[in-house]
Parts: sequence; structure tokens; C-alpha cells
Amino acid sequence: MSIASAPPTVRHEPTVQAPAPHHASFLSTYVFSKDHKVIGLQFLFSTLVWFLIGGLLALAVRWQIAWPWSDVPVLGKLFAQEGGQMAPEFYTMLFTMHATVMIFLVIIPILAGAFGNFLIPLMIGADDMAFPTLNMLSYWFMWPAFIAFGASFFVEGGAASSGWTSYPTLSTNIASSPGAGWGQTLWLLGLTFVGVSSMLGSVNYMTTIILMRAPGMTMFRLPMTIWAMFITAVLQAFALPVLTAAGFMQLADRTLGTGFFSPEGNIVNNWMQATGGGQPLLWQHLFWFYSHPAVYIMILPAMGMVSDILTTFARKPLFGYRPMVYSIAGIAGLGFIVWGHHMFMSGMNPALGITFMVSTMMIALPSAVKTFNWLGTIWGGRVQFTTAMLFSLAFVSMFIIGGLSGIFMAATPVDIFIHDTYFIVAHFHYVLFAGTAMGVFSGIYYWFPKMFGRTMNEFWGKVHFFLTFLFMNGTFFTMHILGAVGFPRRLADAYHYETFHHLQPLNAFMTWCAIGMVATQAIFAANFFWSMFFGPIAGRNPWRSNTLEWTTPSPPGHGNFDFQPVVHRGPYEYSVPGVEKDHLMQTDPPNAAAAALAAAH
Amino acid sequence: MSRFSGILWSLLFLAVPVLGVATFAVAPSINVWLPPDVSEHGKAIDGLFYFILALTGVVFVATEVALFWFLWKYDAAKAQGPATYIHGSHTLEVVWTIIPAATLLFLAIYQMNTWADVKMRRPAMAPSVEVVGRQFEWRLRYPGRDGTLGTPDDLFLVNDLHVPVDEDFLVQLKSMDVLHSFFLPNLRIKQDAVPGMKIPVWFKATETGQFDIVCAELCGWGHYKMKGRVTVESREDFDRWLESQYAKQEATQPEIDPSATVARTE
Repeated sequence: MSIASAPPTVRHEPTVQAPAPHHASFLSTYVFSKDHKVIGLQFLFSTLVWFLIGGLLALAVRWQIAWPWSDVPVLGKLFAQEGGQMAPEFYTMLFTMHATVMIFLVIIPILAGAFGNFLIPLMIGADDMAFPTLNMLSYWFMWPAFIAFGASFFVEGGAASSGWTSYPTLSTNIASSPGAGWGQTLWLLGLTFVGVSSMLGSVNYMTTIILMRAPGMTMFRLPMTIWAMFITAVLQAFALPVLTAAGFMQLADRTLGTGFFSPEGNIVNNWMQATGGGQPLLWQHLFWFYSHPAVYIMILPAMGMVSDILTTFARKPLFGYRPMVYSIAGIAGLGFIVWGHHMFMSGMNPALGITFMVSTMMIALPSAVKTFNWLGTIWGGRVQFTTAMLFSLAFVSMFIIGGLSGIFMAATPVDIFIHDTYFIVAHFHYVLFAGTAMGVFSGIYYWFPKMFGRTMNEFWGKVHFFLTFLFMNGTFFTMHILGAVGFPRRLADAYHYETFHHLQPLNAFMTWCAIGMVATQAIFAANFFWSMFFGPIAGRNPWRSNTLEWTTPSPPGHGNFDFQPVVHRGPYEYSVPGVEKDHLMQTDPPNAAAAALAAAH
Repeated sequence: MSRFSGILWSLLFLAVPVLGVATFAVAPSINVWLPPDVSEHGKAIDGLFYFILALTGVVFVATEVALFWFLWKYDAAKAQGPATYIHGSHTLEVVWTIIPAATLLFLAIYQMNTWADVKMRRPAMAPSVEVVGRQFEWRLRYPGRDGTLGTPDDLFLVNDLHVPVDEDFLVQLKSMDVLHSFFLPNLRIKQDAVPGMKIPVWFKATETGQFDIVCAELCGWGHYKMKGRVTVESREDFDRWLESQYAKQEATQPEIDPSATVARTE
């Protein structure tokens, strides 16, 4: 594999090279592969399986909220407790693991691991990642995490149940709840392995993007997907060490008898930690110092992909390329100084809350700039309503809701009322599901031809989109008004409170929508696997797109490019006046374009 | 791609602002809305909520309708000729950076005072009550007749908070074990209780009645049932209640009889 020590423009001679014949065993081709595309697909399949598990966990959570203490179908028999009804500690475990799975095993690895791996070398014109072995390890380090999180459901006391934020002393004191025993320890181990995997990926992505771009591919000719992946990798590299350290500190508190996060004499459920002298708030600071940037790790790549897909199907250059790049950088920079907005009610000095409130208000700005530029991209375009485009449009539409609802929480006085209510649950589901997951679906429909050489079925794609869009809003939009009542999150049964007793019918409605939403994904799964084998053959560039990955065969062979790509222009030259076809690929020779432009003037 | 699909999909995106606004318009009439506010500072919080709702509502409708309109108008099956070849507009970028920036900065400054009132400008008084969160109940400790916490005549209660109306009320919030959050929806109060910390919480109730105390920070399997009640009542009722509770507590104290003590130690 190439060692990229030379500047990108002289990396290797432009030659027509057939993909190197690859005499490798099944094991080294499909299992311990060092090919970024195979690794990307390994990430994709693994995360989609966990997506399903996370979705089913969500349904079980919703079941309890809609019909508390009623018999749970299917799950009740599997985890039989008190007849088939759910015990409150089981419910607590469910929402903890729903969030854990979705965040650490789905969103982060599907964006960086699946799309990052698959797309980065292809879109910058490299034959693979800078460090293929490291890349392989980044996938295989996910497996200890899969096993730790998966196994934790079956240990005594069940999986972790102190929330995905794992706040001490609930998480550090082993007697605080049933899941605070082995479940919590396995949770911390799983988290550490996910962190190692992300870190390996992140150094690889940074190196690859900086050193291995094709000749002519300057930084400001990179597609937005790559910019987003690059800045995401930087975020991970700087934020992850803090989480890893904090995780080890919590592990030490639990197993070695240290007291980083427990105050002296802290007794929970008649169990006293060996030592004390620590501070529960310290964990919150360390945790959110990672997990707030992680919120952007969970959306920036989707923003990048959506930008590329919108331009393709609007047949129009991206509106404001540089402002788009700067706003991603702005989000990333500000993202490091807003973590305290998760802690407005935590007991942190309220004066510090004001500082975080101002920085949080300001981080809405780059998000607004991005939204306006997406609208500007569609304006004056020639919109083609493909499934990929519909999901990207949904991303924009839903991100507006998720972005605006964030302002309510940023306003500290309002946050006093809506903190830890369904308002925040609505907010982050609009950003992460209605936002990122729509971006992910869009990316899958869009790059599926490049991954498998065939296109997905458009009709069933649109049915999948329509139903998902409907059920998603039915589930999550309603959460806003529940939040306005102050309906708290994480309560196994809130209807015995006078304030909330009348909200059960609304919650039942949301649960039906959630069931519909999960069921709809069967259409996606069927379409995905059917198209993999029987979909129409795609050819190199089915969407008439501009970026480098569309110059390769579908799917690309080992080594990606069957010619040396040379880049002559930015990625968004659609509908250039005077050019016969409505798009100019980054590799199209400059002469034709220049002549056409000259003729037009 | 037929024009029909363009119409269908753009209308679907138009449904977002239409149904979004409708949801918020209908919610108050079906009683899915802010619970009645009975605190002095709550008006400012609710006012800010409505202000942000109006502001974000306008932006929401404007951007979503623009999205719909662009999809309707620039549908490839409808619009003639090629797409507009444009890479951006410096003027527009400046405009849509400056206006939101100014708005957000205004919002940030505008709300500081309310935050300071609720969380920073503590009334100069001794704590009216100590509230201690514990899995899964609220333990209350009133100062008793001498008005001082930590003396032998303190009054101990569980989950039953009484508050005199129209008076500043200062809570000293603690936790015995894990994090809890002292949430009084009707009084627009929320504050985490943290082991090892004493956190002051204050409010002035403006109406009498009985309201919920909710735990809003996950505290274990019984989090959902960590329920208390707050009774806001007139000063006279409050004093009468305090006295009766005090008498009840005194009645349960053992008689201090030296011979009995000796007998017990044998």
C-alpha cells in the first residue's frame, strides 16, 4: 500500500493501470480485509444490524410509556418478569441501551466508519487509506464493543441502566441499581473500545485527506462530504482522549476503589464506596467535553453528504461553497466551548451558565448559514425527485426543526422548565433521527450503485421515504408539546402525577407511529437486499454526478481507479452554460470546458 | 419524472409547516400545554418561551415555505431550460450571517436578567427548609420553632412540602445518595440535587393550591415514583400546619425518664 510522504501532486505517475490481480483468500478479502471499501461495508452491515436492535429497544421503551405495566408482546416472554410486564429497572435499562446502541454503535460508526471509509479514498482520488492495517483494526476493535454491550444484557442485574450519560454516583456505586454491577462495567469497557476504534479511524482519515489527494485536488476542490469527514476526524482526535480518560476514571472508581466522582461518605442504597473526596460534577464536565463535540460528529458527515446529494439532484452548483466550509469549521470550533449547556441545572455555577448560554446561542449561527445555503442551492435548480434527493430534502426540512428547537434549551431561563423533559427528547431526535438518519438513508440510496454496482428500486424507495417521513413526524413532533407540559423523560410511569395524568392517549398515538416507523424499515431492508442481487446494473455514473468516485467502475476494484484521476475543477460544476451535458466532472479535461465557456461569452 | 410526483413531494414538504403550526395551535385547547404558573418569576420564563416560540415560528414557517416553493417552482419536470449557474452571493451570505447573529446575540443578552433572578440573586434569608433527595423520596427538614436549621427542634417530613404564599422561600437542596432533580412544574423550578453539594433554590409562590414535585434526573429504578406534593397556603394556614406537624412529631418522642434509660441499657 502506498506510503504518502510526497506531496499529493507528484504521488505517482498517471498511468492506465488495471486493478492489481488479487490472489487472496476469502478470509483476507472479506473478513480481515485492508481494502477501505470492504471495511466500509463491514461497518455498514454491522451498524445496520445494531440500528435494528436499537430501534426494537426504542419500541419497548415506547410500549412502557404508552401502556405502563401492561404485558409486553414478545419481549415479555424473553425477559419474563412479573408475568409479562416490564419491571421499572428493565425499563431504565432499555432507554439506557437504546441511546448507547444508537449513538456509539450506529450513528458514529455508520457515518465515520461506513461512509467515511467507503468514500474518502474514492472521492479524493486515492487507491486506499494511508494506513490500511490501522483501518482494518478500527473495524475489528468494534467487535469487543459489540460483545461487551451485547453480553451485558445477559449478566446478573442486566445491562447498564444509569442512562447513556452514566452520571455518578448512580453509575459508580455498584449498589445504586441492578444494572450498576457488571452491566455498567461492561458498558465502560465497550465505550473504551468504541473510542479506540474511532481514534484509529480518525488519524487515518486526517492523514489520508491531507496527503493522498489526487493531482489537482486542492483542499477547496474537495466535496463537502470530505470536508465534513475531515473536520469530524479532527473533532474526534481532540475530544476522544478526554472521554477515554474519564471512562477509565469511572472504571477505577468502580473496580479499584478510587473516588474521582464520589464525595466523601457517599452511601447509596446502604452501600458505601471505599473512598470519597471526589465530585459528581467532574464526570459531567469530562463526559460532555467529549459528548458535545460528539453531537457534531453525529451530524457533520450527514450535512456533507446531503450537500453533495442536493447539488446532484438540483443540477446546480452548491450555493456558497466557502461559507459552507467555514460554517462546518465554525461549528467544530464553537462545539468545544458549549458543553456546559448540558449542565445548566446541574449545580454548576450559574454565572458560568451565562457564558455557556452565549456560546450556545452563537453556535446556532453556522447552522443557520448552512440551512440558508442549502435553500440557495435548491433555488433556481432543476429538482429531480429521486429517493436519495427526497431523503436529503427531508434532512434539510427536519434539521430546521431540530435547529430551532435547540434555541429553547439554549435560553437558560426556559431551560429551567424544559430541561430533561420531552422537549429535549424531541430536539435531539429531530437532529439525530430526522436529521442524521435521513442523511444516512439518502447516502445509502445515492452511493448504493457504487457499493454494489446496482441501483435500488426507486418506487419502493419512495414508499419507504413517504411512510418514514410520516411516522417519524407523528412520533417526534408530538414530543414538543409533551415537553411544553413538562413531561419528564426517563420515567417508567408518569401518569400518577396530577400534571401529566392526561397525557397517556397522546403517548399511545406516538407509540403507534413509532411501531409504524420501525415496521416501514422492512421495506428498506427488502429493497436493499433485493437490489444487491437483482437491481438494475448501474454503470459508473448513474446520477450524472461530478465527483471522483463516479469515474470508477461500479463497484470499484481493488485499488479503486483504473486510470490516474487528475482534478481540474471543483466538485459542483452542474449546468455550466455552453456545455452540452449538464455536468462537468472533476476529471473532465479543461480544454472542452474552457472552449465551451469562451463560446458562450 | 412526471410533474405529478413533483406536486406530490412539494406538497408533502408544505405539510411540515402547516401541520407543525397546527399542532402548536391546537395543543393549548386540548390541555397539552404549559401547566398553570403559580410563581413570581414564572411569568418571565413563560414570556421568554412565547417570545422564542414566536421568533422560531416565523423562521420555521418562512424557511419551510421557501423550501416548498423552490421544490414546486424548480421541479425539473416543470421548469424550462437549464438550472441557474451560480456559485453563491457574497451579499446574501453577509445578510444571512449578520441578521441571525444580531438576533441570537440580542436573545442572549435579553434573557440574562431572568436567569440571574432565578439562579443568582438569592434572597438574604435563612433557609426556609432543607430538601434532601434520597432513593426514592424527598426528605424535608423544617427549622422548627426557633427558625434555625440543625437544632433539636427541627421538624422532619417526607414528600409533603408546605410553602407560605407571597413570601420568599429558600430551599437548601442536598442529596443523600445519587443525583436527583427538584422539579416543581407549576413553580417553574428545576435544580439538580448533587451528593456533596448544598445548592440554594428560591421562589415566591403567588397562588395557593396543591402541586406536584417531580424528580427530573435519573436516580435509579424507582425514579418514576419519587413523587412529592407541594402545598402553597396562606401564612396562617402554614403556621397552623407547621404547629400541628410539630405537635405530632413531639408526641412520638419517648418520655425522657432516667430510670427507663437505665433499664434499657441493662
